[in-house]
Amino acid sequence: MPGAPLIEASGFAAGYDGAAAISEVELTLAAGQTLALLGPNGGGKTTLLRALLGQLRPLAGTLTVGARCGLVPQTERSRLDYPVSALDVATMGAIPRLPWWRRPGRRERREAQRALRRVGLGELAGATYGELSGGQRQRTLIARALVQDAGLLLLDEPFSGLDRVSAEALEALIGELAAEGRGVVLATHELEQARACDLVLCINHRQIAFGAPAEVLADLRVLEATYGGAIVEIPGGGGRAILPPHHHDH
Amino acid sequence: MLEPLQQPFMLRALAEVVLVGVAGGALGCWVVHYGLSYAAESLAHSLFPGLVLAAIAGVSLLLGAAPAALLAALAIVLAARVAGVGREAAVAVVVTTMLGLGVLLALSPRSPRGVESLLFGDVFGVGDADLIAAAALLAVVAVALRLLHGRLLVVGFDRDAARALGVSPALAEAALLVLLAAGTVVAVQGLGNLLVVAVFVAPAAAARQFSERMAPTIALAAAIAALGGVAGLYLSYYVGTAGGASVALALVAAYPLALLAAALRRRRSEIVPPEVRIA
Repeated sequence: MPGAPLIEASGFAAGYDGAAAISEVELTLAAGQTLALLGPNGGGKTTLLRALLGQLRPLAGTLTVGARCGLVPQTERSRLDYPVSALDVATMGAIPRLPWWRRPGRRERREAQRALRRVGLGELAGATYGELSGGQRQRTLIARALVQDAGLLLLDEPFSGLDRVSAEALEALIGELAAEGRGVVLATHELEQARACDLVLCINHRQIAFGAPAEVLADLRVLEATYGGAIVEIPGGGGRAILPPHHHDH
Repeated sequence: MLEPLQQPFMLRALAEVVLVGVAGGALGCWVVHYGLSYAAESLAHSLFPGLVLAAIAGVSLLLGAAPAALLAALAIVLAARVAGVGREAAVAVVVTTMLGLGVLLALSPRSPRGVESLLFGDVFGVGDADLIAAAALLAVVAVALRLLHGRLLVVGFDRDAARALGVSPALAEAALLVLLAAGTVVAVQGLGNLLVVAVFVAPAAAARQFSERMAPTIALAAAIAALGGVAGLYLSYYVGTAGGASVALALVAAYPLALLAAALRRRRSEIVPPEVRIA
């Protein structure tokens, strides 16, 4: 049973310097639901995440966000040679609610410690961030979002570069966080990850489709429009593959 | 060891290098981690015409250095906005122009004698006003770094995510550059225009070899800078080398020494003790 609406978009468009990078977005996400933003690289996933964070003004339509957003960026964007522990990174989540002259203190660090325990990293709080595995770094960034007290988690390609075990553990954690009543939006270009979500929004500069994965992803035309290439069946039950645009057999 | 301490000029110089060293070492950690080492060097060189003009006018070097730093910063911002000119090229163009202008002024007939001390510093010539300026710099840097620590840490870690945490990367970097400009203006008296960057870069780079957390790195860099300054002054006193250059040399020497010590420490930790066999 979905909770209160966290995201409501209607005819929404956003972009840069007045030019729309995404348009025609119509979606609703309730508390406790997970939403996959499925699309190719450069298709507008990050633009939509930035719009949800309030960093971009709508060029058209409306976008209402009913909870505090916590961004979980790709771990490749953060510096691995930076002198911080997992606890330091999680504590950064307290910064937005502190006045500019206050630095995080004991209370905030205790909160960060709790968040790290919540994501299964209690034992590694003192470890240097750059020495953690990809999955552990991703969990640390989720802990930072929890310290922000985010009701809506925005994860940008969270499974990128993770091995199967780490990806499954992360998937389970995301499910638990949603079950606690948070909304989760995750940007991905992997079909399998999108299938595991409650809802999927296919975008490629404009909204292609929105709905339950079982319905949306069953339509080959949706996938072809999303990825801009033809979908082919792999012989012998190997699933489906997407051919890049302008692919020709010779 | 105690003989130099009986000389008033030496005591002043020691106070200057300790005050500037602690401030510069601490600030330098952020400068290095933000990749602003080149900016620090450029800023120092850009002060040169201001310093020469102050020397010609016979006023405090601070009065010449501060407007020169402001002018250079403004020129860099404007040059970087010209289509086809990147930030790095803009810095290079402005710095070369400012340094060239400074040399032109320094070689003019009206230029006073001893203008070379502007390039290489005159740490044994510091006066009361310089010591007050150095103490004020340390107080401002200490307070500012304490207040801004969390935000500077967030921006340095991931600029894009910092915006999502309500921290402006541009403001954090601007605050750092203002502190760096203030530090350069004050430190240039002792270390000179060409050598002042040593206090911001070398101790921080050395301290980085020993610590994986920012706060201890800052404390260590401040200690290395202060000790390096003192060592440089003693070297100058006993060997008779130039004060500013000796201090800069001691500060820079800390970096290879730190690399060596860190390599030895790593090697020692890799050596597995021999297996003890019990017969």
